[in-house]
Amino acid sequence: MSDTLDLLPVLPEIFVALAAMAMLMIGVFGKGEGVRPMTMLGLAVFTVAAVLAWMLGGERTTTFGGMFVMDSFAGTVKVMILLASALTAAMSVSFLEREKLGRFEYPILMVFATLGMMMMVSANDFIALYLGLETQSLALYVLAAYNRENARATEAGLKYFVLGSLASGMLLYGVSLVYGFAGTTSFDGLARLFGGEHPVASHAGLIAGLVFVVAGLAFKVSAVPFHMWTPDVYEGAPTPVTAFFAVAPKIAALALFTRVMIGPFGELADQWRQVVTFIAIASMFVGSFAAIGQNNIKRLMAYSSIGHVGFVLVGLAAGTAAGVQGVLVYLAIYLFMNVGTFAVILSMRQKGRMVEGIDDLAGLSKTNPAMALVMAALMFSMAGIPPLAGFWGKFYVFMAAVDAGLFTLAIIGVLTSVVSTFYYLRIIKVMYFDEPSESFDKPLSRSVGIVMAVSTAVVLLFSFLPGPLLSTAKAAAVALFPQ
Amino acid sequence: MFAALIFYMFAGLTVASGVAVISARNPVHSVLFLILCFFNAAGLFLLLGAEFLAMVLVVVYVGAVAVLFLFVVMMLDINVVKLREGFLQYLPTGALIGLVLLLELTVVFAGWAFAPDVEALVAAPAPTADVASNTEALGRLLYTTYAYLFQASGVILLVAMVGTILLTLRVRAGGRKQKIADQVARRAADTLEIRKVPTGGGI
Repeated sequence: MSDTLDLLPVLPEIFVALAAMAMLMIGVFGKGEGVRPMTMLGLAVFTVAAVLAWMLGGERTTTFGGMFVMDSFAGTVKVMILLASALTAAMSVSFLEREKLGRFEYPILMVFATLGMMMMVSANDFIALYLGLETQSLALYVLAAYNRENARATEAGLKYFVLGSLASGMLLYGVSLVYGFAGTTSFDGLARLFGGEHPVASHAGLIAGLVFVVAGLAFKVSAVPFHMWTPDVYEGAPTPVTAFFAVAPKIAALALFTRVMIGPFGELADQWRQVVTFIAIASMFVGSFAAIGQNNIKRLMAYSSIGHVGFVLVGLAAGTAAGVQGVLVYLAIYLFMNVGTFAVILSMRQKGRMVEGIDDLAGLSKTNPAMALVMAALMFSMAGIPPLAGFWGKFYVFMAAVDAGLFTLAIIGVLTSVVSTFYYLRIIKVMYFDEPSESFDKPLSRSVGIVMAVSTAVVLLFSFLPGPLLSTAKAAAVALFPQ
Repeated sequence: MFAALIFYMFAGLTVASGVAVISARNPVHSVLFLILCFFNAAGLFLLLGAEFLAMVLVVVYVGAVAVLFLFVVMMLDINVVKLREGFLQYLPTGALIGLVLLLELTVVFAGWAFAPDVEALVAAPAPTADVASNTEALGRLLYTTYAYLFQASGVILLVAMVGTILLTLRVRAGGRKQKIADQVARRAADTLEIRKVPTGGGI
């Protein structure tokens, strides 16, 4: 530990924290700024922070006595998180204004949640991890209940809060067991303990702690069997908040999961692989079978995201650099697919009211051919049909699993992926072959249209230019493993 | 011997009052038992030599949190009997799960071992009392090594505050708000009028 404090690696976080406080000041003391100018400010903050994170995410540097780490893994994931937050923030403005929910705190809470996610991704110590996680979660609980006049939104917020607190409790209990065994909460210290010259034999208390940590993290990524909160929260929360929930926190929590498993517990891979494999298989099953009976598109997206988490965990179960690369590629593609789909869901309005039923999409190909085409491309991509981007995400995680010798896991993954195709295709069938119902209100809000176009373009064109993402993901994945 | 007796007294009372918190019929009694529980936990901290934590526990948890609970419990009209409906129905399942968990943890803790060179890994060993007092040692750590965590906790509290205000503050249309600037700017000449009242006559 050097004596001088190096603040450069924390620069993006410091910037975001100070910017959030400045926005708070502007909101409180300004002349009643609504949600729109504040969101513009928020977008500027996200952009600057992404540039900073991208520039700093090269060499691995730690600061604050090794509690905070900035490497290319953290840099890459932070850029993804900031991009996801910016896209979902841009989409929410017109919705909030129409529903008379436009209060200036909304973008500020999004910025705070994003700050928590950035802290999670850069955590190199269990206490730092926990504090990042709580910053994120607290802001998310409030966002879920943001529409406080609506009973379902309040219920969603309360449910999320209670179950999230339970998950934090489990995580902390696991951490305390690990700490009781090792005497340190530092990731570097733990990695040295398990992988040094005299590796420590595993011990029942340590394994119990590890399992509790995995359970807590599985809760945060909504993996089965800790997924029960997801459909209710996704359905109850206002739609832009659901869009935010489905993307940025998922990416952050999965990246955190990956860092914790590969970093401090990398040498204990044999111990956690069974647990992660089980969670992955269960998530893929529930994600594909439980979604079939859903009629509400937000609930369907909740189960779909549970399934996607299962696929991502397949890459983590491999525990290799290729597996982590697959995780990152999957997350990047998942970001665009989900943001695009939620842009479509946000434009599902009939006679000035939001509709959420899958039946409401009936005959979209006749009433709005462009939007139907976009939705069809996104659904095909989610199902993993080549040459769309979603296929490559699945390809890399399954290849990593096969290379690591996890054939059963890969085969189950492919089979459940086929099952999940059913409900994605059902949406396409409803849009193209059912009689048109009421058409959706026009015109679209401009920002929603732009987000829809950008994400569809990425999903369609990824196959032609996969190089940059693959090489970035590879560099980021390698950074997690000791050279 | 004496320390062991004291320990068992504090520990036993902590557990007993903890059970009383969840089994008391009257919510006010629950909160009072909670305060007893906090006091005994503070006693346990004292036995460990963590006098600062003991005092903080009493000041913050008893002085602020428990009293706040007391206010909330008294102001909200909670019907505990109604909340307890179905309690017996869930009791067997809950007890079974609790028992299994207890057995598992017993297995884990019975064979507890420490990592071989655990002393070398300890991040912040507590200094002995002659080097620095408990409070001083904590303060030094908190504002140097753990400055990041300290600031992060501050951010969490800020988020919690913003969230609370956002979810609960309602601006009523007809509400009368105190305008301090207006009050301060008022002068006697604006509002007071001095009249001479003749003796025996009215105004």
